[in-house]
Amino acid sequence: MSGIAPELVRFTVNGRPVAVDGSGDVPLLAVLRGELGLTGSRFGCGLEQCGACTVLVDDEPVYACSRPAWSVADRSVTTIEHAAHDPVLAALRAAFITEQAGQCGYCLSGIVMSARVLLVREPCPDRAAVVAALDRHLCRCGAHNRIIRAVQRAAANLAAGEVT
Amino acid sequence: MIAGPLPRGLADNPRLDTWIGFETPGRVRIATGKVELGQGVLTAIAQIAAEELDVDHQRLDLVSGVTGDGPNEGYTAGSLSVEGSGGAVRIVCAEVRARFLAVAAARFGCGVEELSVEDGAFRRDGQPTGFDYWRLAGDIDLARDITGGARAKSPEAYRLVGHSVPRLDLPEKIGGGAFIHDLTGPDLLHARVLRQPWRGAVLGPLDEGPLRRAARRPIDILREGGFLALMGEDEASVEAAAAVARDKATWSGGEQVPDEVTTGGWLRRQPTTDRVIAEGGPAAQREHVEAAYSRGFISHGSIGPSCALARWDGRQLTVTTHSQGVYPLRQALARAFRLAPEAISVQHRQSAGCYGHNGADDVAFDAALLALRRPGQTVRAQWTRADELTASPFGAPMAVELRAALNADGLPADWSIEIWSGPHGQRPGMSGAINLIGAEALPGAPPRTLPADVPDANGFGSARNALALYDLPAQRIVTHFAAAHPVRTSSLRGLGAFANIFAIECFIDELAEAAGRDPVAYRLALLTDPRARAVVETAAAMAGWSSDEPRGEGIARGMGFGRYKNKAAYFAAVAEVELDEDVRLRKVWCAVDAGLVINPDGAANQVEGGVIQSASWTLKESVRFEDGRPVCAQWDDYPILRFSEVPEVEIQFLDRRSEAPLGLGEVAQGPTAAAIGNAVARALGARIRDLPLSRERIMNALL
Repeated sequence: MSGIAPELVRFTVNGRPVAVDGSGDVPLLAVLRGELGLTGSRFGCGLEQCGACTVLVDDEPVYACSRPAWSVADRSVTTIEHAAHDPVLAALRAAFITEQAGQCGYCLSGIVMSARVLLVREPCPDRAAVVAALDRHLCRCGAHNRIIRAVQRAAANLAAGEVT
Repeated sequence: MIAGPLPRGLADNPRLDTWIGFETPGRVRIATGKVELGQGVLTAIAQIAAEELDVDHQRLDLVSGVTGDGPNEGYTAGSLSVEGSGGAVRIVCAEVRARFLAVAAARFGCGVEELSVEDGAFRRDGQPTGFDYWRLAGDIDLARDITGGARAKSPEAYRLVGHSVPRLDLPEKIGGGAFIHDLTGPDLLHARVLRQPWRGAVLGPLDEGPLRRAARRPIDILREGGFLALMGEDEASVEAAAAVARDKATWSGGEQVPDEVTTGGWLRRQPTTDRVIAEGGPAAQREHVEAAYSRGFISHGSIGPSCALARWDGRQLTVTTHSQGVYPLRQALARAFRLAPEAISVQHRQSAGCYGHNGADDVAFDAALLALRRPGQTVRAQWTRADELTASPFGAPMAVELRAALNADGLPADWSIEIWSGPHGQRPGMSGAINLIGAEALPGAPPRTLPADVPDANGFGSARNALALYDLPAQRIVTHFAAAHPVRTSSLRGLGAFANIFAIECFIDELAEAAGRDPVAYRLALLTDPRARAVVETAAAMAGWSSDEPRGEGIARGMGFGRYKNKAAYFAAVAEVELDEDVRLRKVWCAVDAGLVINPDGAANQVEGGVIQSASWTLKESVRFEDGRPVCAQWDDYPILRFSEVPEVEIQFLDRRSEAPLGLGEVAQGPTAAAIGNAVARALGARIRDLPLSRERIMNALL
């Protein structure tokens, strides 16, 4: 039994309206992974320092680990699970697999979300632009160069109209 | 026939059906004791099995790291998985294929040489026979021991091995529920456990009121001695209470760590077990070149926090873990809980990248203990970022002194290496100890058993790669092993090889400089092993190395070479750095000889990652200690190499497909550090011998 009354927070996740218990300062990531069962976003540090939890809120990259769920009321949240319905996310995911851009893969869903923001803003980013967009993310396995190539490959594929 | 003895894993687990089965039509069960740590090993093993059996690799169902269901191959460690488990699977599959073909030939009344296999179906003179592995499976008893009598395919016949098959596990890891963190179970309780800040620390009184208020929902608090756990159905509540507990907890006693523990001088003053591994032969020259190098404590820094689930039904304890060794973990848990090993089943599930003995086993103990205390519930324990960075065992600090006299040709007339080191092996069960930190916090925990150094047969610990692979006079090798080191240290990618190769390869450059020789030419003058020469020459050629490389001009290059454990893969690197207040690592060129490479792109991925991780250790990483405890609870306190700092990495594998596969997962760590160290020394015109090559040390060297 809950000791406190739930405070319903309404927002959309991947285009679907949801109403969740946002009482206290429960982090958005906990709601996504727990109540909503969207486990693609990862808990890495809880301190906004590694980027593994990155999701989009109104198309901006946000650290879901420390953002309270109540703060996204009436806003639009996009997670990696939206890749099936989002051509840019789909192109990124495909390019990451083509480039084998990852080792353990734990950091990748957050990185893909930041890369989507970049590609929407800048369809043909050079290496420096990719690096700048991803510098908020940590990767411990050392897959950085492959990840950078994958983002550029996705950009090229999107520009060539190759929708996956 | 198989050349040489059976791989250890196969000798220990000789029954064929431990490794393989055809229980499901159209599918092949392949079981391995090795687990996926992000290194791509399961894809490589699938390639090997599919190659020998001639089935599509998509038909394979891999069973990995499940006690009671698959071979016990100890730990997934030491760059041994492809050589060991891959080698075992190759031999098993070759024998199973041969037995099926013999039965098929008898049934068809033909010679085996008339038969071939295509995606699991048997053909006679190229024509379909209507028979396949699954149709004949009932006729063949796999509950028999391996004979090792079948001939494996020759490399020229390979269609899958030696080709870059995409990782089988990667798609699900980009957005799916691939990780242990994504699992749940019936009657789930989330748990957080308070960690002792140093060994033997005694937890003072702790008022539960503020913890319960912070949780805002009912939580379950369990305290046994210094082991304090918070549990509840709502993870955020448990986490909120745990944060308050960490803040309010007071600790006393135990082995508080002095701040100066990070210095090579402190390490050298500790009581040590001293060992002369080789006597050497001092030369008559009075003038010696001497240099002392060191590395500090390195945190594993896995991007995901350690996590485990456990459940106790009153008879059976089920543990889900990302441990590197499900069987050794089961043994340690059985001892800790005084249960029969058969009462515990341990299964591996994948987690974030693992580079050695991290918190995986410890968090499994947390979950298992709490499951025993709360029967019938699934307990899911997860570490915090702070736990992950501070409570996982660290990579051990080392100090390495080298000394050599030069003869008239400028080549070493004698050689001595002396090594001081903390422990590199404190995994569960090692040295007869349980080695699980949760167990150390319980009331009545026995005094800790001091660890031994990693056995020579396992490739040495402190002395890993202490023997320089050069043609030198008799080498003197001495280790001073600080078994009683207060900081919990254990295996981190490369073990002693990281510091030893860094030291030896920097020292070779120092000798070359003393002799007025080019460092690449100097190495070649001391190397007769053709495979070693080839990687050095290839890396130098890739980088366009010239004998008049610039020095003291802000941009410079350096070389590092090593053969991991002196028996695995060969590796040479040239690093290019640009220097101002910081080191900017621009590019690393690498040449690798790993014998037959099962999956070239997967191997390249491992080596690239090793180069970048080693660069991070070399340039940035060292744990500080304050007030008795490590100061690296968050990434801001323990920076690692970022996207804006990673070098370009170019890799060339030498074509050695007719040679046996050689482990390469750890090959880059030491030589990369040395290449960077040598490049920095040339760019700076002064040498920094203590890792990391931090801004502070560079500024000091510039003054």
